[in-house]
Parts: sequence; C-alpha cells; structure tokens
Amino acid sequence: MNIYVLMKKTFDTEEKIQISDGKIETDGAEFIINPYDEYAIEEAIKVRDEHGGEVTVVTIGDEESESQLRTALAMGADKAVLINTEDDVEEGDQVTTTKILEAYFEDKEVDLILAGNVAIDEASGQVGPRLAAKLDIPYVTTITSLEIDGDTVKIDKDVEGDVEKVETSLPLLVTCQQGLNEPRYPSLPGIMKAKKKPLEELEIDDLDLDEDDVEASTETVEVFLPPEKEAGKVLEGETDEQVKELVSLLKTEAKVL
Amino acid sequence: MNFELTKEQEMTRKMVRDFAVDKIKPRAIDIDTKADFPEDLFKEMGELGLLGIPFPEEEGGSGGDTVTYALAVEEIGRVCGSTGLSYAAAVSLGSSPIYMFGTDEQRKKFLKPLAEGEALGSFGLTEPNAGSDAGGTKTTANLEGDEYVINGEKCFITNASYAKQIIVTAVTGKDSRGKNIISAIIVPTDSPGLKISDNYDKMGVRGSNTAEIVLEDVRVPKENLLGDPDAGFKQFLRTLDGGRISIAALGVGIAQASLDRALAYAKERKQFGKPISSFQAIQFKLADMAMEVELARNMVMKAAWLKDNGKPFTKEAAYAKLFATETATRSANQAIQILGGYGYMREYEVERFLRDAKLLEIGEGTSEIQRMVIARQLGC
Repeated sequence: MNIYVLMKKTFDTEEKIQISDGKIETDGAEFIINPYDEYAIEEAIKVRDEHGGEVTVVTIGDEESESQLRTALAMGADKAVLINTEDDVEEGDQVTTTKILEAYFEDKEVDLILAGNVAIDEASGQVGPRLAAKLDIPYVTTITSLEIDGDTVKIDKDVEGDVEKVETSLPLLVTCQQGLNEPRYPSLPGIMKAKKKPLEELEIDDLDLDEDDVEASTETVEVFLPPEKEAGKVLEGETDEQVKELVSLLKTEAKVL
Repeated sequence: MNFELTKEQEMTRKMVRDFAVDKIKPRAIDIDTKADFPEDLFKEMGELGLLGIPFPEEEGGSGGDTVTYALAVEEIGRVCGSTGLSYAAAVSLGSSPIYMFGTDEQRKKFLKPLAEGEALGSFGLTEPNAGSDAGGTKTTANLEGDEYVINGEKCFITNASYAKQIIVTAVTGKDSRGKNIISAIIVPTDSPGLKISDNYDKMGVRGSNTAEIVLEDVRVPKENLLGDPDAGFKQFLRTLDGGRISIAALGVGIAQASLDRALAYAKERKQFGKPISSFQAIQFKLADMAMEVELARNMVMKAAWLKDNGKPFTKEAAYAKLFATETATRSANQAIQILGGYGYMREYEVERFLRDAKLLEIGEGTSEIQRMVIARQLGC
C-alpha cells in the first residue's frame, strides 16, 4: 500500500508568539511537527504495519524542516520528501500548498493520504480537502477511527463531539483528529535508523512549477495578537443589587443583551 | 570548535523531554513521598532504548554516544531526581563496566539484556567501612575449584532490589607488596546466600532504590570475574570517571528545573504592586542561577565529548561533577528562597529538588573526593 502523510512544522506550543513589522517573529523559535500531523504519521505507520507497503512523509518548508522529517522517520516512516520553497515562495497560502502538492502527486500511485485535521498555527484545515478534490479522490475529515478491509474503508468521523460512521473506498484522503491514536515517541534505535533513511529534497522547479503558478489567492492585510485579557470585575452589595448591576453591565458595557 | 548538537542528539533530547514531561513529571511527587521505585517507567525507558544509549547496536544498545546519554539524564533529572539517579546508575554503573571490561561472552550474557532494557544491573562497591577509601574493602572472594566463594557486606547500592545482577568488588588476594588485590565479579541476584534489603529512609532521591547486600558463601563461576583480576581497583576508578559525567548531568537537570520554577514564579508573584522579578535582589539570584546552569552544562558536555573522542577526561569529569552538583544544591536552595513559604511546601517541588541535589554531592565520589581527583591531576 502506498501511504502518504502531509506534514507541516508549526511553532512549539510552548513558544510565546511575537509580532514585529506585521509578521510573526520566527527567529530563535522552536518548531515541532504539527500535533494533528503526529496522529497522521502514527496512523500511517499502523496501517503499514498491518497491511504492508510504505509510508512517505511529505512536507513543504525550508532547510529547517529536515528536523521534523527526521523525527517522522525516527517514528517509523520509510521515506521523507522535503519540497523546499524557501527561495521561490514569499507569501503562500492554502492554494499555493495545494498546487505544489497536486504537482507532486501527479505521477504518484496513491492508496491513502493522511493529513492533520488542521495545523495549529493557521488552522485553516483546507489543504487536505483541496488536494483530494484536485486528485479527484474521496476524502473524510476529522477521523477518529480507521479500518481498512480490501478496498473498503470504515471510518469514525468526529462531528462536533458526535460520531458519524462513514464507509468509503481506496484511494482516499483523510484528516486526523485527536483521539484517533496515541502517537509513539521516536525510540533511540528509531532515531539512529532515521539517519540512513532516504530524504529527498525538491524545489518547485523540479515539479515543473514556477512562482506564478503557485501565487497565493489571498492577501494578508494585518497580523495582530488577541487583546490582552483584562482583570475581571467583582460585583458587591446585596444579591438584588448585584443582579441589577450585572444586567445593566451586560447591556451597556458588554452589549450582549 | 562547534557547540551545535547533531540532529540525532537534538532529537533524542526532545524525545526524552517529551517522555519525561508526559510520563514521569506527573508522578514525581508520588515517587518521592511514597519512596516508590517506578519499575514500570524503567520498562518504558527500556523500550525507547534509553538504557542502551552509549552502547553499540551489536551489544543490544542504541548506538548513541556519551553526549546523547548525558542529555537524556539531564532531561529526566529535570523532572525527577529519583528516576534520574536510578537511570544514571543503571547505565553508568550497572552496564558500562561490563561493556568496558567484559569478555564477548560476558557482554552477550550480562550486558545485552541491560542495554535492551529488559533488566537492570547494579554496582556494589561501597561497604560499611569502605566508602571514599575503596581500598579498605573487606568483602572477600576465594577461588575454590571453578567457583569464587564470596563473603562480605555492601551498602548504599543503587537499584540492587530490582537488579538481575550486581558487580561486586572483593579482595581476591595480596600482591607482592602485601597490598590487597581487588577484583570485580558479576554476581547474579538469584545466587543462594545473597540477601538484599532496602530499609533505608532517605532524605532525597527517595524513589531511587537503595539497598544493603549481605553475601554469605555466595558461589559464582570463575568466568564471572570481570576484566583484569589484578586491576579491579583501576577498573572501578575508570567506571566512576564515566559515572561522574552522568551524575553531573543529573545535577544540571535539577539546577535547570530549579531555575525554571524560580523564574516562572518570580514573573507571576506580585509584591508591592510589581512582579518580584522586577526587584534586583531576585534578579541577581536568577542571573547567578542561569549563569551557573549554563557553565555546568558546558562542562558536562565537554567531559562527555572528550570521552566520546577517546581523550583523557578524568579531570574534566571531576570538574563537571563537582561544579554541577554543587550548582544543583545552590540553585534549588535559591529557588526555595525565591518561592518563599510556597517553596517550603512539597506541592511546589523545589524543596524536593534540594533534598535530591544533596545526594549528588555525596554519591559516586563526594565533592571532597572530586577535589582530590582534580588536585592529583594537577600533579599534587
């Protein structure tokens, strides 16, 4: 089975986001595999171990993305592909990413593509479904269970806390939700083996694309941090008065009534 | 000169940090208060290959190096001194001597299960009357036919209650000048006549198992003699050189944890209308702690690098152990001071850091012994 994982690196959840000149400051920041993509990697490895085949992890990024790819290889993926857009793409969006991936998958035999439900940085959740549409294969988002039997695939899909049972077929693209599995730690032997596993590096030129082909369809107008949380208000006095004051504040200050 | 870690070292550090924070940290208070050896965590650490980091794959290890191993000890020590100490002792004292001095047979039989994480090993050097003066060893091993018959007593032996085997040092004869010859012998813990008891009530590293051992006519095959029969003393000095790097790394972990807690608290805690981190008295403490942690870590990394590159490292390992463990004690003590009354409470963990750190100034060569080692290296 040819299994592919779409992976993105994101800020470490411990990082404090800083903005300068309307851009998020990335200097000195720690990066990690997008946590939802870790579910995708884990599931891909499990599917391979059960049904055989090969897991290839694909990322679009820069030189630094090699660390996250090596980690995926250390977890047990077989191959990694880095599409390095550092020199070619200044401002990309989901359309850019999908175009590049579409070109990459053009000559690939695909049985299963797994991606994270969303990336925790921009949280658009679009790349998976967009790519499936371009490749003309079915897709199911936010899956919490995956069972493959021949060409038939049984899926549990999380719908805002409820479960939807879906039956579909291969080839297929799924995006992975929390609860699907518990991603393994890359073991020491895994880390050592990862050194010797193939990591292919491509540029968009290798995919017969140039900068114009992958132009973003959206424009970022402004980047800002959410307002700082202000101290809460404690109402005082008799309960009756407090209720009156609360209602009035909800009307005049919060304007929610 | 290159201060950057390799990708594998970086990845290992991240993996161990994630594992430590997810699995060990939530249990650290319990491990301490109940003095409960976390056997299940060691099983998981074994499965991740942590118990075999500095040994080659052919020996069941993970094919890492001393730098990687020191990083792993630091990360575990950062969340739990007890687990960190038992981990460091298992690798540096339980496994390393067999790797360094064992025959092919011995490595296959005794090292492989340890490196693969299926069992733990111990090192029995200290005796009730022989601590820093290891030459005062009273335990004897007499060759009778094909077997050594061992008699004696060992104390303060880390992990012994959970060990598959203990490397025991014993007097096997006298040299031409009439001095005791000390050898090291691998003793399986299921040998008849071997008694292990762990009744110590310790100040710190309470979840790390520490045991007393009594050997009464314990018989082991003579093939269990480890390395050169006449150089047991030299062998365990070399073993301790390596062990010191890991104890130093553990000190860095505890010192870093103390700094982390103190800094986070100082930024949040408000007095006189300002966070206490804006007061110079607190700032100076934090600045000193941060500086010392970094200096200690650099020394540990240098000693580990020297060892990995086959260069002499005795002096540097002693520097690292002396400075990093005393840094751990100082940092933990200052962290308590910065947290004030809260710091004195178990829930805030920094009081445990101090109790755990103190052991590091004593175990595997006291601070005083480190100074003697350094002085000797200076030619005194």
